[in-house]
Amino acid sequence: MTTAAAPSLWPRLEPLLARVAKPARYIGCEVGATTPRHDPAKVSWLLVYPDTYEIGLPNQGLQILYEILNERDDAVAERSYAPWLDLDAELRRAGLPLFSVDTHRPAGSFDVLAFNLSAELVFTNLLNCVDLAGVPVRSEDRRPEHPIVCAGGHATFNPEPLADYVDVFVIGEGEEVVAEVTEVVRAWKASGRTEGSRKQVLRALAAVPGVYVPSMYDVDYDGPRLVSVTPRYPDVPARVEKRAVADLGEWPYPKRQLVPLTEVVHDRLNVEVFRGCTRGCRFCQAGMITRPVRERPADQVRTMVRDGLRRSGYDEVALTSLSTADFSGIERVVADTVSDPTACGQVSVSLPSLRVDAFTVGVAAQVSKARRTGLTFAPEAGSWRLRTVINKLITEEDLYGAVESAYSQGWYRMKLYFLTGLPTETDDDTRGIVELGRNCVEIGRRHTKRASVTVSVGGFVPKSHTPFQWFGQNTVAELQRKIGVLRDAARKARGVELKWHDPRASLAEGIASRGDRRIGRVIERVWREGGTFQEWSECFRLERWTDAMAAEGLSVDWYVHRHRTEDEVLPWEHVSAGLHKDFLWQDWQAALAGSGLEDCRWIPCYDCGVCTGYGIEHVVASPTPPAGGSQGTGQDLGRGSEVPVRLQVRRPDPVGAG
Amino acid sequence: MRVRIRFTKLGKVRFTSHRDAARIWERACRRAELPVAYSVGFSPRPRLHFGLALSTGHESLAEYLDVDLEDGRAAGIDAVGLPAAVSAMLPDGMVAQRAMVIPPGTPSLQEAVTACTWRIDVADATPEAVGAALEAFLAAEVVLIDRERKGERSTDDIRPAVLAAEVDGAVELPDGRAGTRLVVELATIGRSLRPGELVGALVPDDPDVRVLRTHQWIDAGGARREPIPLAATPAGAGREAPAGGAP
Repeated sequence: MTTAAAPSLWPRLEPLLARVAKPARYIGCEVGATTPRHDPAKVSWLLVYPDTYEIGLPNQGLQILYEILNERDDAVAERSYAPWLDLDAELRRAGLPLFSVDTHRPAGSFDVLAFNLSAELVFTNLLNCVDLAGVPVRSEDRRPEHPIVCAGGHATFNPEPLADYVDVFVIGEGEEVVAEVTEVVRAWKASGRTEGSRKQVLRALAAVPGVYVPSMYDVDYDGPRLVSVTPRYPDVPARVEKRAVADLGEWPYPKRQLVPLTEVVHDRLNVEVFRGCTRGCRFCQAGMITRPVRERPADQVRTMVRDGLRRSGYDEVALTSLSTADFSGIERVVADTVSDPTACGQVSVSLPSLRVDAFTVGVAAQVSKARRTGLTFAPEAGSWRLRTVINKLITEEDLYGAVESAYSQGWYRMKLYFLTGLPTETDDDTRGIVELGRNCVEIGRRHTKRASVTVSVGGFVPKSHTPFQWFGQNTVAELQRKIGVLRDAARKARGVELKWHDPRASLAEGIASRGDRRIGRVIERVWREGGTFQEWSECFRLERWTDAMAAEGLSVDWYVHRHRTEDEVLPWEHVSAGLHKDFLWQDWQAALAGSGLEDCRWIPCYDCGVCTGYGIEHVVASPTPPAGGSQGTGQDLGRGSEVPVRLQVRRPDPVGAG
Repeated sequence: MRVRIRFTKLGKVRFTSHRDAARIWERACRRAELPVAYSVGFSPRPRLHFGLALSTGHESLAEYLDVDLEDGRAAGIDAVGLPAAVSAMLPDGMVAQRAMVIPPGTPSLQEAVTACTWRIDVADATPEAVGAALEAFLAAEVVLIDRERKGERSTDDIRPAVLAAEVDGAVELPDGRAGTRLVVELATIGRSLRPGELVGALVPDDPDVRVLRTHQWIDAGGARREPIPLAATPAGAGREAPAGGAP
């Protein structure tokens, strides 16, 4: 059906756009957008971010693939974002499908619908977008004329909850694998997409490294327990290894970052300075699954910043990574950017994901030269003991030093980010969060009367491929109790503003994060009950999730709150981020013993499995940790400490009991 | 040095808001490397001054903004070449058509413009029905409507704001529907009247409309003229002289 050029839906969309909120989200026209030349011989990709345009447009992963695919002779890529509730209703009323924003073609006319899944709460939006595209939501119901439904992104490291809905998962970094997928799909297209060919193309895709095709695997359960996930065919891998590029310097993308015509989050130039993180924070899935560390050459960073600013007209650049202050020579790069004489007008630099132990007066002074943007630090836990458990090895002195640097350079408000519901957390640890906030305000008051600190607290959701993947998530009631403890403590803390995430959303995220294939039906029910945009508080209702769990006979306690055992098969074990299971288990045991682990970038290897498994080394320009940098270097971490909480492992409850 | 620029907002880009348009212009000026002057203070902003807001979804052949350029670096700026240079940096549908240097003390666009001409295509309405309603409207001395502005409900007489109005025949809308074209001139001073509010007073059931601003008018002692007319011929090479004295 894609051999004929699909007509643009624009004339029929226009009257609808006049009736919806923020219609500029749906027009495309960004600086940097390409006008793709469709051709029956090319594979057409629709890259879909299943959340609003404002959230999805800045996504760098999607923009990188958009450019790489459009540079190819055999592919063409357009973009789409989830229409907000008002346009969704208008489209369905008018009988119009999901469309691309580049040329407003119907989504169903593309060969591949490729979803970027950054977080689990967007899973229901994926189903909605597939449905709105006019494509059956379940893989088994799709026919040769339907697009291949593909998904990638961090949330696909446990693909099982969407295994019955997504045809093809791409695990890990997409720069190289999109080409290989394109080849296979192009051959299928050339063969005429005949009856019965869909299964063959999926099997061919399953043989591509990094590609996981759930329908090629059999799943066995013993009651609630997962027993095995087994390939059906000899040419389908038993374990799918993630993809990772060896040298970020070979991929200077995006080269033409999209500049939207309307306001979006992170509305600035973004330049990725390195990928991966070896800090080893045990709660952090991103840090675990993106190893090893690969720095972009500093000269390339400078070039991308200079060209990007000139091309885009932005007056702000963010140097992005999981921990930008760890970038070798960060001070020089920032200094060169803010004092670049060729820049037109003022340029400000923001450094998201700042580590307090690497935020020095030097960095603060450079960043503050132009406009001062918001400053967020993430100590994550309220006591050194608990930070050792989670392996966020920053001391109070590190934090106060960073805060002092910031206030001394003219900042007067900052944000501290914490998690609650962490393994072994006591109420003293929880109260320590407010204590840290109060001490930071006190430091600030020595510099300015206006000093204030926002303390933002999220409920911890354990994620796959981390040492905490075995941990039973706190219940909503327990998280709410801890928020109560925080509120009591914060009442007396002048200058500390407390904010917290809804613990009910954390529960839904927990259901989707570590679920197996059976959770797919729960997600489908939540969607069918109208549960789209679950990351948006105005759209979220926990009852949709708990009702769906009950209707499917599944236990919330079993899936979310239970501590998992060493011997059990985890639903995502056939997907590999390169981390050895016994490394993760040992690190989990070390956490429970209160013992920290230094950053392996600058010290000998712990054999987590990633570098050796993929033959990729850490690419770090500096042989020494950055100024003040640490992650335990030079600290006494070996002893472990008294752990006040014991985790009770219960016998498995029967399915449906909770 | 202050430069006044006339530009269009047509097609898809009409769905951007007034605020969006301001941001688009800021970035276009940076990309065109215009030496835009910045405000001083904690958060310096480029000094761009916009005229009357155009509602999201409406198109225009006659939008304006004033741009302050740094006196030191603006010496080489050529108001004739400026529109093409900046248009290359604007999205499709936004085209800078003419620019001219305006003398210090020139009233701002918001102060100077007193009326706009609009072309309004009303979907699913016949010229006869709209014509009859318009005739009755124009014959009335007072036309009261209930409306909400900035969250406040009020009942206002909108008749004085309609300076001229006529039915310009039948049209076909882009999606193939039949409709009727109105051409109206609405006052912008005092409690102004939006094109959609006028249509609401003429045609029941909130019809789909396509609205195009064709002119903005400055009242010049009884006569009216545009802030920058398109028809005027450029005054030689180099700087373009303001047409007909102070704009």
